[in-house]
Formats: sequence, structure tokens, C-alpha cells
Amino acid sequence: MCEVCGCGDPEIVAVEVRESLLEGNDRRAAHNREHFGRHGIVAVNLMGSPGSGKTAVLEATAKAMGGLRLGAITADLATERDAERLRAAGIPSHAITTGSACHLDAALVHRALHEFPVADLDLLFIENVGNLVCPAIYDLGQAANVVALSVTEGEDKPLKYPVMFRRADLVLVTKTDLLPHLPNVSLAAIEEALGKVMPAPATIPVSAATGAGIPRWIEWIERRRREQDGRSRME
Amino acid sequence: MHEWGLVETLLRRAEEKASEHGATAVRRLTVSIGELAGVEPDLFEAAWLEFRAGTLCANAALEVRSVVAEWECPDCKAIVAAGGALRCAACRKPLRLRAGGEILLERMELEVP
Repeated sequence: MCEVCGCGDPEIVAVEVRESLLEGNDRRAAHNREHFGRHGIVAVNLMGSPGSGKTAVLEATAKAMGGLRLGAITADLATERDAERLRAAGIPSHAITTGSACHLDAALVHRALHEFPVADLDLLFIENVGNLVCPAIYDLGQAANVVALSVTEGEDKPLKYPVMFRRADLVLVTKTDLLPHLPNVSLAAIEEALGKVMPAPATIPVSAATGAGIPRWIEWIERRRREQDGRSRME
Repeated sequence: MHEWGLVETLLRRAEEKASEHGATAVRRLTVSIGELAGVEPDLFEAAWLEFRAGTLCANAALEVRSVVAEWECPDCKAIVAAGGALRCAACRKPLRLRAGGEILLERMELEVP
């Protein structure tokens, strides 16, 4: 009650909160990250537009990668097609169908980990829902964010979707085998656009069709693994 | 569309905070949304109007503050506007986002009987 005059009006109390609305997700992501770290798994959150070539890159990766135990969690609104494709390529895979949800969050990944044990893996690809907006804001517990950007999407795509590219540790410029048919698209222009939205731009041009660039991508993954190993030994 | 999920979180946290303080209603909420947070303020407010019915926030005013993106050099602390390369012209270091990535519940005004 108002204590100034006792009028019976409720008292208005101001409360400073300063709390992120993503705090709950970030907490669950930290839990996933701890789980991956404990089992020596490098988790890669692979994002990109629908049709940017995420699944094709993983198929090509499975073909070229020797020695490492790979696994994948794939997400689409409906169907298990991507997981089926990856299984056929030799990557044990689990599909999350998100219904109408436009992104994965840490809780969905956590639930998937209960159904799809990953403890024996070296490398887990989390193929996010094809979408250049929402997936960017949800931490899943990954070691790295990789964005697939196909040459057919246009050079200015990074400028249109800065939120996504800001968070990318690496951009795979995919479908480079199509470049001869695209007189108005140049890799240099794509890289210049990325420089305006990514503080430390890193790109690898790849073609899943010809295998070009895939060895450099695998080298990048191996480097991330060594870094994570080094860090966990220091802890 | 993730704005819906964020508004659900906002309403849940607001109700929790309100009960902690013994409030019977929330009068006002202030939220900060960064330019690079990936959240569309209009959709956020539309979801708010849709979902607040039947909660302690049913009659609360929502104030959304937009936060402009601000990049800073981790070394010399110079502030750099977006538009050019995100690298410090003097130190050549990749810039760090200082503001504009946040989605924060800043403050609430509660009605305490």
C-alpha cells in the first residue's frame, strides 16, 4: 500500500534487472559445451540458407576425411532427408524435426544428445535449420560457427545478413564449380563484403561436386581439434 | 519468428521477478534490443501484445530501446562505426562488438499492494 498518504493505491517498485533473455539458452549451451569438451568432441554448428550446400559439404567431407569418427545432428522443419543422406555417406546421423521452429536451440540439441550418444565421436556436425537469421542468435555449445554461403546467393548476401556473418568463425564459399557460369560473381567481392560484417574474416572456397577446397576445410577442422585438445590439456 | 520465444522468456522472467517482490501486477517493462541482436522490434512488440493476456503483464507498458551497434578496438579502445572493414585502422586488430548485440530485460516497475 502507498505509505505516503495511505490511499490504498499499490506502491510502484522499480527493479533493475539487466538480464539477457538468452540467459537460459546460454546456460544450457554451456552444459552442452562441457559435455563435448569432456568427451574430446569438436562440435561445429553449420549454418546457411536453405540450399546453400550444407549437406553436400558434409558428404564431401566424409569422403575425404580419414581416421576421424564423425557424427551429425541435422535439423529441418520436416523430413529426415538430410540425416538419411549423411548416413548413406557414412556419417551416423540423428534428425531433429523442428516443426515450425526456425532454428535450433541448446535445449533441442541437449535432448538430441540423450537419443544420439556422441561420446565416441571426434567431430560432431550440427547442421542447423536452413535460415540466415534466427540460428545465429542461439548458442548450442559448439566449438565453432561455420556458415555455408553458395556463390549463387550473390556477393552482397553478407551485407544483408550481418547478424549471421558476424558470428561466423569460418565461411565456406560453396559451389565454386559454378563460378564459370556466373560472370557477375567474384570471390574477391564476396570476401570484401564479408570483411565489412566479420571482424576476423576467414573463408575457404569449396566445391562438393569436384572436391576442390575440401582438403583446406579438413585442415581447418584438424587445427580446431588441436586447439581444443591443447586447451583441455592445459585445464 | 524467434521473437515469440524471446517474448515467452520475457513474460516468464517478468512473472518470476514480480512474485519475488510480492507484486500483483507489472506496470512497465524496459527491454534493450541491439541492432545486431537479430531481433525485429516490431515483431517483438506484436508478440508481446499477443502473449501478455492472462499474465501479470496484461496491462503493462513495454518500452523497447534500440541500441546502435558500436565496434571497438580491443587494443586502443577506439570506437569505429560499421560500414567499413571491421579492423582497427591504427592497430590492425579485429574489432569487438561493444554494444548492439544485446537482448536485455533492463528494468521493471511493479505494483506492490
